[in-house]
Amino acid sequence: MNIPILYELVGVILLGMGLYSLVIYSHLFRKILALNVSGAGVFLFLVAAADRTSGPLPDPVPHAMVLTGIVVAVSATALALALACRIHQVSGNAQLTDNKPE
Amino acid sequence: MIRKNGNHLFSRPGQSIAAIGVLTLTGILGWTVWTLPPFSDQMSALISSKMPISGVDNPVTAVLLNFRGYDTLLEIGVLLLAAVGVLSVAPSAVMRADSSPSPILVLLLRLMLPFIILVSGYILWIGKYAPGGAFQAGAVLAAGGILLVTAAVRFNLSASKAMPLATGIGLLIFLIMALATMMVCGNFLQYPVTLAGTLILVIEAAATLSIAAALVRLFVGVKSDTDPPASGEDSKILTFEEENLIK
Repeated sequence: MNIPILYELVGVILLGMGLYSLVIYSHLFRKILALNVSGAGVFLFLVAAADRTSGPLPDPVPHAMVLTGIVVAVSATALALALACRIHQVSGNAQLTDNKPE
Repeated sequence: MIRKNGNHLFSRPGQSIAAIGVLTLTGILGWTVWTLPPFSDQMSALISSKMPISGVDNPVTAVLLNFRGYDTLLEIGVLLLAAVGVLSVAPSAVMRADSSPSPILVLLLRLMLPFIILVSGYILWIGKYAPGGAFQAGAVLAAGGILLVTAAVRFNLSASKAMPLATGIGLLIFLIMALATMMVCGNFLQYPVTLAGTLILVIEAAATLSIAAALVRLFVGVKSDTDPPASGEDSKILTFEEENLIK
């Protein structure tokens, strides 16, 4: 077993943890955090996968994709936080509610 | 109604189904990763064969600004959209400076801001040869901007006229360059080989400013929304708007 595959598997596990929390928790802040954790998993996978070259240099394409992805993730997180703050401001609650009849 | 189990959106069976689904997906992905071929050289070989015409010496910069320039163009658009979105979601809270900055912050700002700008410029320049470039430089510059906004020494960054210009200039210059290269070379973002390095540096410089300005904007918008309004007028306007919204 080589080292990249270890990091790649950790990335996959992070993605799974993030997805699970995203589905399970009802508080918006937890959902935003969960999205970030799964995003970090994807980035970790891509950066590790870039090492699957036979030469000394890693593949630059996944690195560039991660660089782009980080900026987009930061923007999306900030917008989501602003929306969550606004929801809290208007409704006094930043939690998703269950609309099923009791 | 919020359910009694508080933090969770589902009852126990629902949680188990979610857990099984996520575990299955993780298992499939893990298996796929395990069985990936150990070496994949096609992409990096293609890129190293095209490096001489990219205009830069750092492969990551070449991919970002030349081979996959379209990605970066859209990404700067996303950043601008997010900044506009944050502005429109929290408009009443954005244009406000702290009235009493901490003296430690002010001192830190005075010492560090010149170095932050210098380091940012260096990172932007070195991106041509080594790890660095517009995003890293923009992030460093944004740290300086956030420090400036937090300390707010006789300078209200978020109320300045230059901020909207700085936020938009990256996308504007990138689009102008893309259209100009389309006129000259025939394809969107196809740089002429001799000018590629210069064009990339111009685009990156504008993008650095925009990234920094947009990040500061995102921080200010998100940050002050949680603070209590500083002046009486602000809170009056806020409650008035809220009343209208509820009605």
